Amino acid sequence: MQPTFSSSRILQPVRPWFIFFSLIMAVVLNFLPTAHWSGMPDWVALVLCFWSVREFRRVGMGWAFVLGLLMDVADGSVLGQHCFAYVLLAYVSASLSRRFLWFPLAQQALQVMPLLVATQVIQVLMRLAVGADFPGWGFFVAPLIASLLWIPATFILLLPQYQPVEQDPDRPI
Amino acid sequence: MAGINHAPPPFFKQGPAPLALLTFYIAISLAIFVVDLRFRSLELLRQSIALVVDPVQRVAQTPGSLVDYAATYLQGLQALQKENSELKHAQLSTAPNLQRLAQLEAENDRLRKLLTVKEREKANGQVAQILYTARDPFSRKVIVDKGQQSGITAGQPAIDETGVVGQVTRVFPFSAEITLITDKDQAVPIQVVRNGQRSVVFGLGNGQLELRYMPANADIQVGDLLVTSGLDGVYLPGFPVAKVVNIERDSAYSFARIFCVPIAGVENFGEVMVLDPRTPLPAAPPDSASRGSDSSEKNGQRPKKKRAAKGN
Repeated sequence: MQPTFSSSRILQPVRPWFIFFSLIMAVVLNFLPTAHWSGMPDWVALVLCFWSVREFRRVGMGWAFVLGLLMDVADGSVLGQHCFAYVLLAYVSASLSRRFLWFPLAQQALQVMPLLVATQVIQVLMRLAVGADFPGWGFFVAPLIASLLWIPATFILLLPQYQPVEQDPDRPI
Repeated sequence: MAGINHAPPPFFKQGPAPLALLTFYIAISLAIFVVDLRFRSLELLRQSIALVVDPVQRVAQTPGSLVDYAATYLQGLQALQKENSELKHAQLSTAPNLQRLAQLEAENDRLRKLLTVKEREKANGQVAQILYTARDPFSRKVIVDKGQQSGITAGQPAIDETGVVGQVTRVFPFSAEITLITDKDQAVPIQVVRNGQRSVVFGLGNGQLELRYMPANADIQVGDLLVTSGLDGVYLPGFPVAKVVNIERDSAYSFARIFCVPIAGVENFGEVMVLDPRTPLPAAPPDSASRGSDSSEKNGQRPKKKRAAKGN
């Protein structure tokens, strides 16, 4: 694990099945009926951004592309719309990851916000370019809420890595 | 993530450079975006992905439907009895017309044969349950629980108990996507009941519909009922589509802006009837088909204008 400036503990290596599991759970969360509420964040974008920052060797643009295809089919939108946005999101967050992790969590959330907003803006621009109607400003509230969720998401998604393999009272970490 | 102090950097197994990968994926994304939008030739890909996604989506919808079920269960006996008595009453009030329907249809058939007019097509179909609305905020679509396995094909119209709901636009193995008539630019050929004037009504994307290209002095009034004209070979004639709610006649424009609301419960959840495809209309006369393709749009509009002028 990359040692972070503000981190006081050494994390366990991530388990690949947990990355897979969390991405699948994000997809399922996007399928819930609650996804129609305005301001509901795009869970896939959030989790994908998180793993692209933390583990860009494991979760990269390939994953982003596949998840984008899944979301396109599930949403009934034009194929390629989510793919394009997610691939860009994965690339940019992976290339910024060395920078991100030096900041405390609240500031990380602040830096994630433009990425998530850009993901929505790209999708809107793609659809506007081919003649769709503007979906309203509520569409852009979702990424703001999603970036606030960066803080709890970090705790939840890193939870399996906090647990030590063997407890040893003599070694505090 | 192999940091510098864990292992020697893997020089030779990093795969393509990130920028190259990015270019590759973006090129593919844009290519399928254009192909899907313009040529609609990726339905097979969509169907095969839907085969994986669809079961997960149905499972994800179950909590919501369980809550609905619990709500109706707790609604109680009294509400159900009230509804039941109302339905019985409604049935009784339609009974005089319905009971004579068979006789009327037979009579109609006989008279049409006497006049050597083509027989009216009968509306048959299958009931489908709306599963969920598509999450795409740019369009108005719903997914129903019948698909290729039930013989649904793209293009079939869908109605509910009061009027036209939409049209099947995509078919998956076990589900189908219905584009609602309120979707942006979804067109339904209609006829005004009061005076028989033909036109086409377009969805606006905000829950309303608009009658476009009607002259400012067209004989349309607020409250006019629009029914399908059947000229398109898709919708059977006579199904209620929309009601005119607002007309803006501005002398600065040559067309009136006529807004309508759908008759059917387009935004409701429930069941829809997917009507069987119509028997194809006779082929268009060769005259219009043999015209040049470069000016086809102009040619397509000209006869419509003539007809509208005659109607006035």
